[in-house]
Amino acid sequence: MADTQNKEVDQISGVETTGHEWDGLKELNNPLPKWWLYIFYATLVWAVIYWVLYPSWPLVTTYTKGVLGASQREEAIAAYDKGVADRSQFADKIVSTALEDIPQDQELLQFALANGRAAFGDNCAPCHGNGGTGAEGYPNLQDDTWIWGGTLDDIHTTLLHGIRNESDDARFGDMPAFGADELLSREEIDQVANFVASRAGQETEDGVDLAAGQVLYEDNCAACHGDSLEGIQEVGAPSLMSANYLYGNSLDEIKAQIANPRNGVMPGWEGRLDPATIKSLTVYVHSFGGGQ
Amino acid sequence: MNQRGSPGDVRMVVPSLAPCMESNNWGAEMAHKKTGLVSLEEGGFAIFLVLLAFACIIVAGKTFDQVMAFHAGIGALFAAVSVFLIFKNFFDDGGQPIPAEIDGKPNYNLGPIKFGAIAAMFWGLAGFTVGLVIALQLAWPALNFDLPWTNFGRLRPLHTSAVIFAFGGNVLLATSMYVVQRTCRVRMPGKILPWFVMLGYNAFIVIAGTGYLLGATQGKEYAEPEWYADLWLTIVWVFYLFLFLGTLWKRKEPHIYVANWFYLAFIVTIAMLHVTNNLTIPVSIYSTKSYIVWSGVQDAMVQWWYGHNAVGFFLTAGFLAIMYYFIPKQADRPVYSYRLSIVHFWALIFIYIWAGPHHLHYTALPQWASTLGATFSIILWMPSWGGMINGLMTLSGAWDKLRTDPVLRMMVVSVAFYGMSTFEGPLMSLRSVNSLSHYTDWTIGHVHSGALGWVGYISFGAIYCLVPWLWNKKGLYSLKLVNWHFWLSTLGIVLYITAMWVSGIMQGLMWRAYDSLGFLEYSFVETVEAMHPFYIIRALGGALFVVGALIMAYNLWMTVRHGEAEEADTTPAGSLAPAE
Repeated sequence: MADTQNKEVDQISGVETTGHEWDGLKELNNPLPKWWLYIFYATLVWAVIYWVLYPSWPLVTTYTKGVLGASQREEAIAAYDKGVADRSQFADKIVSTALEDIPQDQELLQFALANGRAAFGDNCAPCHGNGGTGAEGYPNLQDDTWIWGGTLDDIHTTLLHGIRNESDDARFGDMPAFGADELLSREEIDQVANFVASRAGQETEDGVDLAAGQVLYEDNCAACHGDSLEGIQEVGAPSLMSANYLYGNSLDEIKAQIANPRNGVMPGWEGRLDPATIKSLTVYVHSFGGGQ
Repeated sequence: MNQRGSPGDVRMVVPSLAPCMESNNWGAEMAHKKTGLVSLEEGGFAIFLVLLAFACIIVAGKTFDQVMAFHAGIGALFAAVSVFLIFKNFFDDGGQPIPAEIDGKPNYNLGPIKFGAIAAMFWGLAGFTVGLVIALQLAWPALNFDLPWTNFGRLRPLHTSAVIFAFGGNVLLATSMYVVQRTCRVRMPGKILPWFVMLGYNAFIVIAGTGYLLGATQGKEYAEPEWYADLWLTIVWVFYLFLFLGTLWKRKEPHIYVANWFYLAFIVTIAMLHVTNNLTIPVSIYSTKSYIVWSGVQDAMVQWWYGHNAVGFFLTAGFLAIMYYFIPKQADRPVYSYRLSIVHFWALIFIYIWAGPHHLHYTALPQWASTLGATFSIILWMPSWGGMINGLMTLSGAWDKLRTDPVLRMMVVSVAFYGMSTFEGPLMSLRSVNSLSHYTDWTIGHVHSGALGWVGYISFGAIYCLVPWLWNKKGLYSLKLVNWHFWLSTLGIVLYITAMWVSGIMQGLMWRAYDSLGFLEYSFVETVEAMHPFYIIRALGGALFVVGALIMAYNLWMTVRHGEAEEADTTPAGSLAPAE
């Protein structure tokens, strides 16, 4: 520092200042802390060693590969391949075993349930809830009410192709919009809704002609939902016998579903999940307790 | 940059504008005010702003984009009001030059600094509050209210930009204008220029913030404002650089104080980062939408080169400059080591700029870039700590002041948080650690120990120092309230970062947990559910931080309104400037 003539010694620390002053601020002429400097050097040495060992510096058309020959891409591919290989002894067997035979083999069942649980959490739970308890508009998978069937094969088909999506293989059923398309009058919808509610053991509204409702039901609904409201799974028409309706049990909700129905959609998982995982999911969902 | 009255000043004669508007007796006023000349600076800014106003009006009239129309309207209003203020000021002082010195002492320009201090407090409160809101939204998603303007996706950039650029930016602008004048012992150049920088920057904040709420965004983290806001900020920033360099150029001290090196590094590098990361091509000048020229992994790399160095040069270099002025000043002790300040300054700015790739480990970014980023982050550890050592060791011989001076205590704790975050950062930059920490709340905790602890506290300390100095008061209204602020917000920060550490590490471990058959142990939604209690603790920590800031705002208000006036000549800092 050039201003040697201004250097003074700080009274408290006994260290010389640099001789500069700005707005009352001065600087002591302390050396670099030794530990600071040595750790700084150590990090530099560490970095150089790291550069020698691993891919690090770019060159014109390539980069320094490092003496370890490490490649995180190859490591990731190897780890993935190992994971697939580890699972494949069971996964291959799942694929080659008929669905109904999987639960008979304890080892296979255990694998299918573990695979199904992991796949369910990230793929199915957002709609069907953790553990498949369902939500409004999304069926509960734990009970024994099945819209498209609850056997292993039914569940498998639903999982593979989904419901009312763009795929030609998807399950398809279309509840007409009796109100919006003016197939039934408002009074007639009230009558049908009350008739259905009465059969399900629900309260009905006073002064509604239930007999007229029954006639309307037979003319308009029975073809799909069955003469005794038992439902027909081939067309995805749910049973109406007990008040366990997907879109709500109240009279208003029933009327709404008749007048302007919601037709729920489910994606198909073929191609998104591997065949072993879809079969595992089938076994897993079937094991919830409602499987047929 | 032309100072009125300086040799070589170019002036335009505008006789009809000469009379003072505030006087009834124009003739007499004319006799008093000897010149009716508009300086090149005033005229230049006025012409530029008039052109800007016309451009904005044309865009507002022709666009079909409602957000663009709104923003062009704001731009036109800003430009028109600015032109009005330039001429009002001209008539009020009759074109008299403002003396650079009074009685041989520098006549510091404090007006824009006062504005910056108030703006910093205002934006700080707004930014902290929005942060609290989004923390609550994460704990209770119903608080999104299903409205586009209030959903997390729009409020999150509003929070980050409000605290970094609005709060932090105004603190940096205000303190840099103060520090560079005081340590150069000279008034900063220009009459309009400092105001243009300060108000222009805050106009950018308004454009950016309202843009987020209305859905105009580039979708680049910490660089969300669209092309027209970026362009405006570039103009303001170049003028800021001129202002700062101009002050250094005119300095009366033979050497440049260390704080100014850091401010200059901050200003120059932010300009470079901002321009490179915002090279976008607008769909049309009437549209808010633009597309970036970079694509794919290059875009990601440019983005995180920017993002990392925004932390390095905005939130580190800039606030180290504040540390280098305000801590020695408040502690009344010399800076510990001049040599350390030089070495760690150059090491910091040369090494920081390389560390960006550690934000992109295990992505499409090539491994060699990833390695370089990680190793430079480790090398960066000691250069960062150089600032901490110089800050803390400056206290040697004055540690007793921590008991009695809560403002100094706040700044010292700030430096301690700085040291902690700059150790944690290099640690997290290692690939093996990053594979656990990345995308988890650990990152959020890390950022907030730096943001709340380091940037927040050093800014609070600087504002607590500045307000009595700027408004010529003996001291703060209440040190007891500063104490309350300190303890409430410290508790808040500790709750915040510990909750995020636990939550983040738990989240990372849950993501990578496999069962004995090789399947993931937890689904994503289970990890979210497990974090819920920590989200509540985090929101509580944030609430305490907001309450602390409210106490601060009250304390500053009372200081300005009711504080005891400082007697002339004994002031520690710029009381000589006349009100503008």
